[in-house]
Amino acid sequence: MTLHRFANPARFMRLSSALLPWCGAAAAAFIAIGLYLALFVAPPDYQQGEAVRIMYVHVPAAWMASLVYALMALASAVALIWRHPLADIAALSAAPLGAGFTLLCLATGSLWGERMWGTWWVWDARLTSVLVLFFLYLGYLALVNAFDEPGRGARAGAILALVGIVNLPIIKFSVDWWNTLHQPASVFRLGGPTIDASMLWPLLVMALGFTLLFATLLMIRMRTALIEAKIRALMLSEIERHGAAAPRGAVTS
Amino acid sequence: MSGFGRLVQRDLRLALRQGGDAAMVVGFFVLAAILFPFGVGPEPELLSRIAAGIVWVTALLAALLSLERLFQADWEDGSLEALALMPLPLEAQVLAKCLAHWLVTGLPLAATAPLLALLLQLDAAGYPALLASLLLGTPTLSLIGAVGAALSLGARRGGVLLSLLVLPLYIPVLIFGVGAIEAGIGGFGAGPHLLLLGAMLAGALPLAPLAAAAALRQALE
Amino acid sequence: MSDAAARFLAMGGYAAYVWPAYGLTAGVLGGLLWWCLAAYRRSQRRLERLQGTREP
Repeated sequence: MTLHRFANPARFMRLSSALLPWCGAAAAAFIAIGLYLALFVAPPDYQQGEAVRIMYVHVPAAWMASLVYALMALASAVALIWRHPLADIAALSAAPLGAGFTLLCLATGSLWGERMWGTWWVWDARLTSVLVLFFLYLGYLALVNAFDEPGRGARAGAILALVGIVNLPIIKFSVDWWNTLHQPASVFRLGGPTIDASMLWPLLVMALGFTLLFATLLMIRMRTALIEAKIRALMLSEIERHGAAAPRGAVTS
Repeated sequence: MSGFGRLVQRDLRLALRQGGDAAMVVGFFVLAAILFPFGVGPEPELLSRIAAGIVWVTALLAALLSLERLFQADWEDGSLEALALMPLPLEAQVLAKCLAHWLVTGLPLAATAPLLALLLQLDAAGYPALLASLLLGTPTLSLIGAVGAALSLGARRGGVLLSLLVLPLYIPVLIFGVGAIEAGIGGFGAGPHLLLLGAMLAGALPLAPLAAAAALRQALE
Repeated sequence: MSDAAARFLAMGGYAAYVWPAYGLTAGVLGGLLWWCLAAYRRSQRRLERLQGTREP
């Protein structure tokens, strides 16, 4: 690894160390406010009663599941086209986070569905496509960790991430294209949200909180990956130095 | 196109020389499918309700089996590097390999399917849609499978990894393949489902070789 | 326990669904946070050890 490959990552390390505390604090704040709004301020639904409060964790998790995959695919495209070293790291770091949000979406949705539809699971288009998204995340994680050669996994994963992008429009429009048990879109639709403001605001606050949490975790994981790369480079130069029997001295970073 | 044709011929000759391959795929197909009457019981009404699904799922798994070797042999003996340097673009070569793969797996599967459908008590009205859906669907399976095979080239546990990568992507094909048969049986006409299968094939034909070739180039780096 | 608090916890009869949903959220997101931070600290310590002295 030559020195200039660290030039950009060094800037990222500086930026992220400045941003992290603010991002983390903002995430905590928005999630706290969102929880308060969701549990205490938002009204119960006239049909679903208090069970509607599950929406305030289920829907933001669902949005994050798709958003993170879209970001992964974007980072993968950048990695493949411009070979930017940070793009690979961004995609790799985002994947477990996206898988976590997808799992959360499926689990909370199942709890909500059991009360609302009388079943823990149904094979309608929306649920099936989100389950496929979860398996795409798992497949991506398996692929990037399946190679002994370090860069190869990330490169292969980038292609897989782009191949799986076809699933995102299917998830989004599944409730429109098919007769699904899952309700149609009530926020992101052409005519504007149909959901009442008293429910929309807690939803948006929680969604923002989740997004900030994701950004915080992503930066932490990317910093970890960059530190690991530095460790590998240091250990490699150790081996070279010992092999050449050069005089020992403290490493300057 | 003679380069393309020659490549297809070469792969076909290799596949047929190994002889057993196509027979093994069909053999697995039949054996796996006839496990079901033993598993769920031989009552005709039950079997006929799930026959379409059994045939499609086992065909899908049988197609999956032969994918690992799609690029493996060429990669191991170094001829993949030589192929990459040929004037014929790598994407076209992938397409040629997919065609050869389909001729040796998908086509025999589709040909054997009616026999299995008979054993699984598939409703008579479903046979045309069964053939049509398999003939339209199995090429897509070969194409998507090629992407998976190229991505997992040289990976640890490549075979299992290949299945993990490819099966989620197979699900839409499976859904509409079975849907076509069910529609045919129900009298609704399999047209829309078959059109969607055709659309997926039309999409996979240019895109899958693109992705697979990109993955092959990375494997060769 | 006050009447209002009891009603809040009961969630209109849906308590068995609402609270596990929120609990899962806390668990998954909290778990992700803990995992990311733990890996980060581990890597940082390794780097400091490598940079501080030559002896591992």
